[in-house]
Amino acid sequence: MTRRSFFARNPSALIFIACLAVFTLAVTLMSEAYGPGLISTSFVKTLGKTLCLCLVALAMDLIWGYAGILSLGHMAFFALGGYMIGMWLMYARTEEIVVTALAQGGLPATPEEIQQGIATQIFGVVGSSDLPAIWSFAHSLPLQLILALAVPGLLALGFGWLAFRSRVTGVYLSILTQAMTLALALYLFQNDSGLRGNNGLSGLQNLPGLGDTAQDLVSIWFFWASALALGLGYLTLSWLVSGKFGSVVRAIRDDEARVRFLGYPVEVYKLFLFTLTALIAALAGVLYYPQAGIINPAELAPIASIYLAVWVAIGGRGRLYGAVLGAAFVSLLSSLFTSGRLPDIPLGPASLNWVDWWLVILGLSFVAVTLFAPKGIGGLFDRFQHIGAPDRKGAQLGPDDGSLQEQEAQK
Amino acid sequence: MKLSRRTLLASGIAALALPKATFAQAETIKVGVLHSLSGTMAISETTLKDTMLMLIEQQNAKGGLLGKQLEAVVVDPASDWPLFAEKARELLTVSSVDVMFGCWTSVSRKSVLPVIEELNGLLFYPVQYEGEESSKNVFYTGAAPNQQAIPAVDYYLEELGVTKFALLGTDYVYPRTTNNILEAYLISKGIPKEDIFVNYTPFGHSDWSKIVGDVVALGADGKKVGVISTINGDANIGFYKELAAAGVTADTLPVVAFSVGEEELSGLDTTNLAGHLAAWNYFMSADTPENAAFIAAWKAFIKDDARVTNDPMEAHYIGFNMWVNAVTAAGTTEVDAVSAAMIGQEFPNLTGGMAKMLPNHHLTKPVLIGEIRADGQFDIISQTEPVAGDAWTDYLPESAVLEADWAELKCGMYNTETSTCVQLKSNY
Amino acid sequence: MRLTALLVAALMWLAPLPALAQDAAAIVAENREQIEKPSRQTIGPVIAALAASGDPMADDILTAWEDRRLVIRKSDQAMFIAVTEGDGFALTALDGTAAGSAVAADVTALKPNAGVRGLIATALVQFTLSDPDPTIRADALASIARDPTAEALEPLRASLVSEEDPVLKAQKERLERFLTLRFDADPAARVAAIESLGTDTSLDVRAALNPLVATKRVASLGDPPGNLARTLVPGTDLTTVEAYDILVAASLAPARLTLEDQRAALLANIVDGSVGGIPVAALNTQEARNRAYTALEVAGTVPTAATDDEVTAALAAHSFHEVYVEPDATVTSAATATLAAIDRKVAFMQAADLGLDALSLAAIFFLAAIGLAITFGVMGVINMAHGEFITMGAYTGFVVQLFVPDYTLSILIALPVAFAVTFGAGVAMERLVIRHLYKRPLETLLATFGISIALQQILKNVFGTQARPLTAPGWLDGALEFNDVVSISYIRIAIFVLALIFLMFFLYLMKRTRLGLEVRAVTQNPAMAASMGINPDRINMLTFGLGSGIAGIAGVAIGLYAKVTSEMGADYIVQSFMTVVVGGVGNVWGTLAGATMIGSLQKVIEFLNPSNTLAAQTYMILFIILFIQFRPRGIIALRGRAAGD
Repeated sequence: MTRRSFFARNPSALIFIACLAVFTLAVTLMSEAYGPGLISTSFVKTLGKTLCLCLVALAMDLIWGYAGILSLGHMAFFALGGYMIGMWLMYARTEEIVVTALAQGGLPATPEEIQQGIATQIFGVVGSSDLPAIWSFAHSLPLQLILALAVPGLLALGFGWLAFRSRVTGVYLSILTQAMTLALALYLFQNDSGLRGNNGLSGLQNLPGLGDTAQDLVSIWFFWASALALGLGYLTLSWLVSGKFGSVVRAIRDDEARVRFLGYPVEVYKLFLFTLTALIAALAGVLYYPQAGIINPAELAPIASIYLAVWVAIGGRGRLYGAVLGAAFVSLLSSLFTSGRLPDIPLGPASLNWVDWWLVILGLSFVAVTLFAPKGIGGLFDRFQHIGAPDRKGAQLGPDDGSLQEQEAQK
Repeated sequence: MKLSRRTLLASGIAALALPKATFAQAETIKVGVLHSLSGTMAISETTLKDTMLMLIEQQNAKGGLLGKQLEAVVVDPASDWPLFAEKARELLTVSSVDVMFGCWTSVSRKSVLPVIEELNGLLFYPVQYEGEESSKNVFYTGAAPNQQAIPAVDYYLEELGVTKFALLGTDYVYPRTTNNILEAYLISKGIPKEDIFVNYTPFGHSDWSKIVGDVVALGADGKKVGVISTINGDANIGFYKELAAAGVTADTLPVVAFSVGEEELSGLDTTNLAGHLAAWNYFMSADTPENAAFIAAWKAFIKDDARVTNDPMEAHYIGFNMWVNAVTAAGTTEVDAVSAAMIGQEFPNLTGGMAKMLPNHHLTKPVLIGEIRADGQFDIISQTEPVAGDAWTDYLPESAVLEADWAELKCGMYNTETSTCVQLKSNY
Repeated sequence: MRLTALLVAALMWLAPLPALAQDAAAIVAENREQIEKPSRQTIGPVIAALAASGDPMADDILTAWEDRRLVIRKSDQAMFIAVTEGDGFALTALDGTAAGSAVAADVTALKPNAGVRGLIATALVQFTLSDPDPTIRADALASIARDPTAEALEPLRASLVSEEDPVLKAQKERLERFLTLRFDADPAARVAAIESLGTDTSLDVRAALNPLVATKRVASLGDPPGNLARTLVPGTDLTTVEAYDILVAASLAPARLTLEDQRAALLANIVDGSVGGIPVAALNTQEARNRAYTALEVAGTVPTAATDDEVTAALAAHSFHEVYVEPDATVTSAATATLAAIDRKVAFMQAADLGLDALSLAAIFFLAAIGLAITFGVMGVINMAHGEFITMGAYTGFVVQLFVPDYTLSILIALPVAFAVTFGAGVAMERLVIRHLYKRPLETLLATFGISIALQQILKNVFGTQARPLTAPGWLDGALEFNDVVSISYIRIAIFVLALIFLMFFLYLMKRTRLGLEVRAVTQNPAMAASMGINPDRINMLTFGLGSGIAGIAGVAIGLYAKVTSEMGADYIVQSFMTVVVGGVGNVWGTLAGATMIGSLQKVIEFLNPSNTLAAQTYMILFIILFIQFRPRGIIALRGRAAGD
């Protein structure tokens, strides 16, 4: 048996990386920082954020599309990653301001004064002036970066261990993950949680030490970083799902009990996937929130994770490029329709206002996709490649889904 | 002047790429409207969007501004705080608006602040808020705490003889900070800390029976109890229904609300709530010719006779007209010139008297206290002389030393003790 | 204080002989400006003068003023007493002569605030306590109860004799005891009044007793002054910081040096780039600053500040006490004993009240979840649009109230109409969407979520974003009060009853009807059921419609006690799912158990942490997550084949 190269086995990965590279280059050359400014900085930011969303959609596709675990809580890991990096961004930026301000005060500042100044600046808005214990590492970027992965990773590990150990599956797991993100959101909404409650962390787009650098530049840097992360993420995941590991994962999706009887430690596989996808989501969050500029507990609301599932469904589950397409397509469309720049469509006496009706259209299109195109946008590629589902008609002959059907049996 | 080839080339491309945009700019003055039209805040903010559209229409009917027509650019940040920043950037860079009117919650304002300070935009913020801020690029046409909360507490202390306080609020920054300020203020007035009960509830809370019970039980030590409510939005409906059901009347246990206006009361039957209080800078029942004209125009514009007007609408009304006058005075819509011309602008309030824009970008406004009537309107029972808005409260030790002055000191956060400008940009 | 004194003076002046009769209209004219913009702080003498004037019109003027019927005619600024007459007012001049009428727009009514109205009522008490009209007498009593004063004691005792109404007499006697225990000069009478109260848990009893046992903290060098409540030990009963603050406040010790003051002192004493011999650049640690300050202290340039040792010494030298404000020890000990007995009883009552609150919340959760228990629990269909069905029900109630103004009738109509509307919506949704997805449960979740956001936005576009009123009929106003601690509003009782009715209805339907039998059959084995002649399509459609219809009715009920907005349903969806899952899928008793557990748990956490309701919700969800780990199939798990999966 000859082993063909990775790209030969996964032509889609090569195509994807090529497309991403061309896209990145094109955006860079049209940006305000490195080109004539055909693409505004705000749109570069939108594109950069979209790439991060594509990355978290990849993670969602791995856990749902490949392993069949519909997690409705992955945006919690995404947001936790954002919170951790946000703490450093906020602390370091505030430190600069405080040190400059105190330097004008006649006496050189003591460490206590700096600490107190930072606490007052950050928490003055929410009526407190002490730095909570969870901010202990916020002064150091490396520590906080480690936390950005460790906190969501450990949460996923702990939660997954509890859930998979007691064999919570299917819809129950979905609702449990939803409860997790809701609990976390409610916790962060409290002022006492030490992360500024409903206000969240803001001003994250202003990087410490780069106060004079224009956002035109910063936005394109983050765009590059997001593109790089997405590319690497895509390669890693397509490598992961193409091998034997991928086969086991898909088998777990299709019949968990059989895989278990074959001797595979199903729970370990699931736990690994759950934690890995949580880490990818956290990484995406780390890149996303400095571009968004603000993070607050609403980002963890259950609805955010449902949207994530919807992107993957619209893009097409069980194929990595589908997830990316879905996330990019829906989030960019959303941004377009809420921009208020689309003209109203006159319909006789009334007129169709896009801002009012966009959500209705979006909602109904979910229904349409699930009903008529369960493969999502990715299904179009199948048609292009002439991969069709077997034409199955007639009643099923066996008791289970997917069993032989009448006409097939006659062939 | 040194012209490199690259800049020449770039400007050439820019000139090729942007002729349409520059052409469009010459025709109209663009006014950005940054209010959520969907999501949880739509309940309050949609009205303000309509108010802005009405004001712009009226101004255009008067012949526009600087000989140009005004054009509203309405966007929907969908009650999503990061989206506020994104939409603000879009309004400033893509739509090139000259001014923005928008935001409701403090967190949305904090989200927008870095963007408008970076791009030097101009925002008019129309809602009562917790203070502790003064940005070069924002004009605060709503009330600061000393224009709403403090006078209301004074009314409790002096007129109603309340000696025990229940501070109920929704758990977010405005109630938190306001309650902090009020706690400090009450303690300075000799109310002991254990006589101040504080409770925070989530947005949209609906199960109020226990909290109302707790508040009623506060009266057990024989002190007169008053409730100060910073409960936000539609959670108020359940709260007031529970108050009415528990038989809490304004005589025994008055409630003064800072976020309940005519709009919120239209969602419930107020017959059992008569006598409870609200503190604002405007009530629809104000008896002045300006107010009558404003209400008539609003009802005609929205084509609904039942619609009410409220305080943030008045704030936009004052803010918009001041901006129009400032632009006329400056002869341009350029932000720095307009900002400079804004300070000292005067415009009549709908409740009588003149509103004046102060150097700290806040207004002078009269404080009104109203008692809820059975028809959902308010009886104005107290109206103060105009109070100057204070960006930094005098009742918190950290803020007492700070001052904002964009005319003389050119600083929004000036430490009077050390005589230094703490920071030029604001705190977000 | 000053105000009371003024009132007392005024009352004393008037009480013996109202011989100096003065024209009320003249008093009003004299104090016109104050009367137009009255403040409780300053209006006392004017009210007292009016009450004492002896002019029969004074009573009318004061009453009219209190009722906001004292008006000023805009044309000539003259003041009148107004009585509503048709669209306008009939006017009476202040001297009692009729003065024609006026339309509402021509006059401005004076609007005294609640504090001033209270003063007017108190001033009128002496007349009204013996007024022939019992409602006015009751108002007078309420006014005394609100602002108990020593002066009211005598008129109250005097009016007791002539009181004929038994209810009012009992009230007067009760109030007399409250006033006695606070204001009587004879301590024995006060103690007797206190002891006569027994273990009455009423709020007014506690409100009367508690001021007697109010304490304040004092520090002293020797024996404690006054009526001692208890001795405090710094470090255990109060922190040392608090203790030292008491000393500072009583000027028994010098204030501690704050860091800001130290900084200011150092800044003020910079000499040639150094302070106290330490260069300014080196002052970047607290330790260095302390040394600099000590150097300045030694040099005598700054005042000596208390050091930690001095603080400890000062604390040791003084003793700290809580003393009663009330000087009489017999009164305070009687009050303490009575209150202790009352407090024990109140604690029981509070537990009972908490139980009622928990039951009521459980009923609401149950009502919101029971529709879901059918669609999710019985059919296995995840309907994310369930919340929007609740909203639709509530809006149906609102629309019905637009057309039927009678609240009782409109609710009776709204309940079935809401059921019909959401039943229809549910059937349509089942036929058009869900039917095609029975084999793909996770995709139903997505499709119904799509429907949910579309419906929510459509409702918003139709009804607007403002909350809409849905008003309960008058007979549901108010609360069922067992006593001042335990009470529950009638509307919550109604919701509770409604939840019970649905429980019965559901049980009857599933266990006793043909439809229920068929539903159970289709749920357990559709193919077998079909072979028995049951049409599974029809049954699925009806079951789904039923679940949706109940959601609609729940919407009307929830709208009655809370808000009606396009997002109200979304608030309940996650909680409803958890109710069903925690209780156990496919079993209505499970849903009931789940709702009860979640409801009571939330109330208990709220009780433990009363200042933060959000925390209660967080911990409740955490608990649910842990609970599901240990009972993945819920409280009441189905066994055997029906458990499925």
